[in-house]
Amino acid sequence: MTDRGGAVAAATGAEALSTELPVGRPTSWWGMVMFVATEATLFACLLGSYFYLRFQYGPQWPPPGIEDPKLLKPLVMTAILLPSSLPVMWAEHGIRHGQRWRLNLGMAATFVMGTSFLVLQGTEYDEKLHMFTLTSNAYGSLFFVITGFHGLHVLVGLSMIGWLLVASLRGGSFGAHRHDRVRNVAIYWHFVDTVWVAILFTIYLSPRL
Amino acid sequence: MSTTTSTAGGIDRDDLARLAEHWDEPRSLRAWFTTVDHKKIGRRYLVTAGFFFALAGLSALVMRTQLARPEAGVLSPDEYNQLFTMHGTAMIFLFATPMLFGFGNFLVPLMIGSRDMAFPRLNAFGYWVFLFAGLFMWASLPFGAAPNNGWFAYAPLNQEQHNPGLHMDVYALGLLFLGISTTSGAINFIVTALKLRAPGMSLNRVPLFVWAIVATAFMVVFALPALNADNAMLFLDRRFGTHFFDPGGGGNVLLWQHLFWIFGHPDVYIIVMPGLGIVSAVLPAFTRRGVVGYPLIVLAIVAISIVSFGVWVHHMFATGLPQLSYSFFSAASTIITIPSGIQIFAWLATMLLGRLVLRTPLLFVIGFIVTFVLGGFTGAMFALTPFDQQVTDSYFVVAHFHYVLLGGALFPILAGIYYWLPKITGRMYHEGLARWAFWLFFIGMHVTFFPMHLIGLFGMPRRVYTYRGGLGWDVGNLISTIGAYLLAVSLLLTLIGVVHAVRRGRPAPADPWEGDTLEWSAASPPEPYNFPVIPRVHSLHPTWDERTAESTTTGATEDRILSEGRRTLFTSELDARSERAAEMPEPSFKPLVLAGALLVFFISMLLAWYPIAIAAVVTVAATLAAWLWPVRRPDEELGVAS
Repeated sequence: MTDRGGAVAAATGAEALSTELPVGRPTSWWGMVMFVATEATLFACLLGSYFYLRFQYGPQWPPPGIEDPKLLKPLVMTAILLPSSLPVMWAEHGIRHGQRWRLNLGMAATFVMGTSFLVLQGTEYDEKLHMFTLTSNAYGSLFFVITGFHGLHVLVGLSMIGWLLVASLRGGSFGAHRHDRVRNVAIYWHFVDTVWVAILFTIYLSPRL
Repeated sequence: MSTTTSTAGGIDRDDLARLAEHWDEPRSLRAWFTTVDHKKIGRRYLVTAGFFFALAGLSALVMRTQLARPEAGVLSPDEYNQLFTMHGTAMIFLFATPMLFGFGNFLVPLMIGSRDMAFPRLNAFGYWVFLFAGLFMWASLPFGAAPNNGWFAYAPLNQEQHNPGLHMDVYALGLLFLGISTTSGAINFIVTALKLRAPGMSLNRVPLFVWAIVATAFMVVFALPALNADNAMLFLDRRFGTHFFDPGGGGNVLLWQHLFWIFGHPDVYIIVMPGLGIVSAVLPAFTRRGVVGYPLIVLAIVAISIVSFGVWVHHMFATGLPQLSYSFFSAASTIITIPSGIQIFAWLATMLLGRLVLRTPLLFVIGFIVTFVLGGFTGAMFALTPFDQQVTDSYFVVAHFHYVLLGGALFPILAGIYYWLPKITGRMYHEGLARWAFWLFFIGMHVTFFPMHLIGLFGMPRRVYTYRGGLGWDVGNLISTIGAYLLAVSLLLTLIGVVHAVRRGRPAPADPWEGDTLEWSAASPPEPYNFPVIPRVHSLHPTWDERTAESTTTGATEDRILSEGRRTLFTSELDARSERAAEMPEPSFKPLVLAGALLVFFISMLLAWYPIAIAAVVTVAATLAAWLWPVRRPDEELGVAS
């Protein structure tokens, strides 16, 4: 493989090796990472509240009258949401090389996957609401507030992706030299994905342990 | 007119004219609403926080009048509840943090040699949200609907069935609203300090004040979510019938306390840490030397901000938690005094080794050390569980945290006001008046709060609207009230001093104190672009350092003048190597529109006008979409492969 633009030489030269790494994170990257950090803490507080209330509640959890959560649908939802980060990554790598079609296609794929997740969550709620609601007891409050709060984040992420797609289709927005916004949306989306794993464990798997 | 120190040398008149053209804002109403200048926003933070401070202080004065003698009838119990809650809530959330963020806003870009904050429009947005959230909370008082549950709003008293009316809804929504401002401000400080430092200002040359602000910002990022989660659950409990804090529905009242103090104890340091930073900033100018033990102080700042997350249960020693957790949190609370002690001894050593210049800012610093150490002393007593259980919820606690907060935050804030007034306004204050203000403040503070230790030990509980005579509390309460009036007079003198300086003060030179940090290299008040030439920093005390001064005069280079456009320099995070010149955003209405839409949202949530709340959310989303909408650029510039 040839050294395109002297990239290898630039990365292995004396200057590069003595310079701190990573070099040149833009301000918006730091801003988004800090935002995600504070959001992640918020989820940690909610999940912490779940376990606190659960262990203070008593031996039987979920409370009497509510059966253990079924796993099939949430696992399908996981199987849709987690891989939805892949098209985002593929799209981001594409636009770094100036390939706008990859950006558009990847974002569209993620948009469809994220929307399917929300639709499935809607049917999941429909089932649960026959058994318990937000106001039935603390278990119901935790279930709907935590999953609802995450669903809200998926919705915000989808809005970002939709916004990115519209901006990209207009033209003149993103390219190899201008893709900060793509990267930031990608960070947010990966976060929304990752946090779902913690929610899956807490809400669906932990009552069965 | 202000004086510019660096017109000679490598920068010429054309550059200055171009800089003025790109950065100046016209004096118009439009410019007033759209400004993104960190100095104007910082000033607004200071003035607005000062206004909320006056309201909270007057609330306290009314309460002290009520408590001056037994069974007085100035206030009804219900009014008293609302006043003490608003006093605490406003002092903590609407005064202390925003005031210190105001100093940070004005000073951080100047201290690190930048031309603005990293996100100037986010900065403007943060101010508007702070203003609106503060007005939102205070506006409830005339309606008799102000929060009435104490500033920490314990469950189950905060629940709808025990506390009907809008009181605690105002509390929950107001603090959620304000949290948006605090979080965005904190993120802005972190990114600014990481990316916008002048070239050469590696991490070991960052001023201590900036370290303190950044540590505070990190604490905000990781502590505030706990409060937000708490308040969101509270509002859901009250309005939509969830059961988080309701034992009848399987909830738990202690969940509120845990989350509140997971936020609340770091918050003590969120308030005090920038105050300590001000002390470290003021000392070099009045001791004529750098602060002793710079690396130790930095380590202490970092250590405090981490350990502060591990001490929250010491607020809950009287709630019946397991003994083992008491031991852990008791130990952690004892350990955290070590880094605080390191800082105190470093400042004492600085004063011992330096040559003291006894001006008002230094007087306030000395007052700070005396008062804060006394507050820390009673704090160490609280770390002992059995003692804590004896005095919890008594006036002893009130005395303790007023010593810590007035000592740790208000003394440094007053020192900072006098110290930076010449920089902020371009005018000198009246030294005689300022000294009167200091002595009255110092005496008033101790006369007010010292007797509270005693009446607390004699058994007077906090938050009672009155008391019976003959319990041994009468004299202490009367003295305390007299002290409160002394404090009010001293703060009035400070206000008069500031107004007098702005109106009549003699013009301040760029560097009246011969300070060591970069803000003293800028004009007083600074030009809209702060620095005609962004300096190249060669030491920890750049303004005392000739090579740094030379870099802005004869050594000025084009890459640090950046007069072609509204630009500042981005540097690398650790070593502050030049990376690139970055275009800074123009003034905009969008921050105001976004904050206004959020205000509509929170008001309509409070009053249960849900359709309007939905419309407000749509407006918020649309404003954000327009705010971040990318500018159309030609494909060659973007780098698109066709």
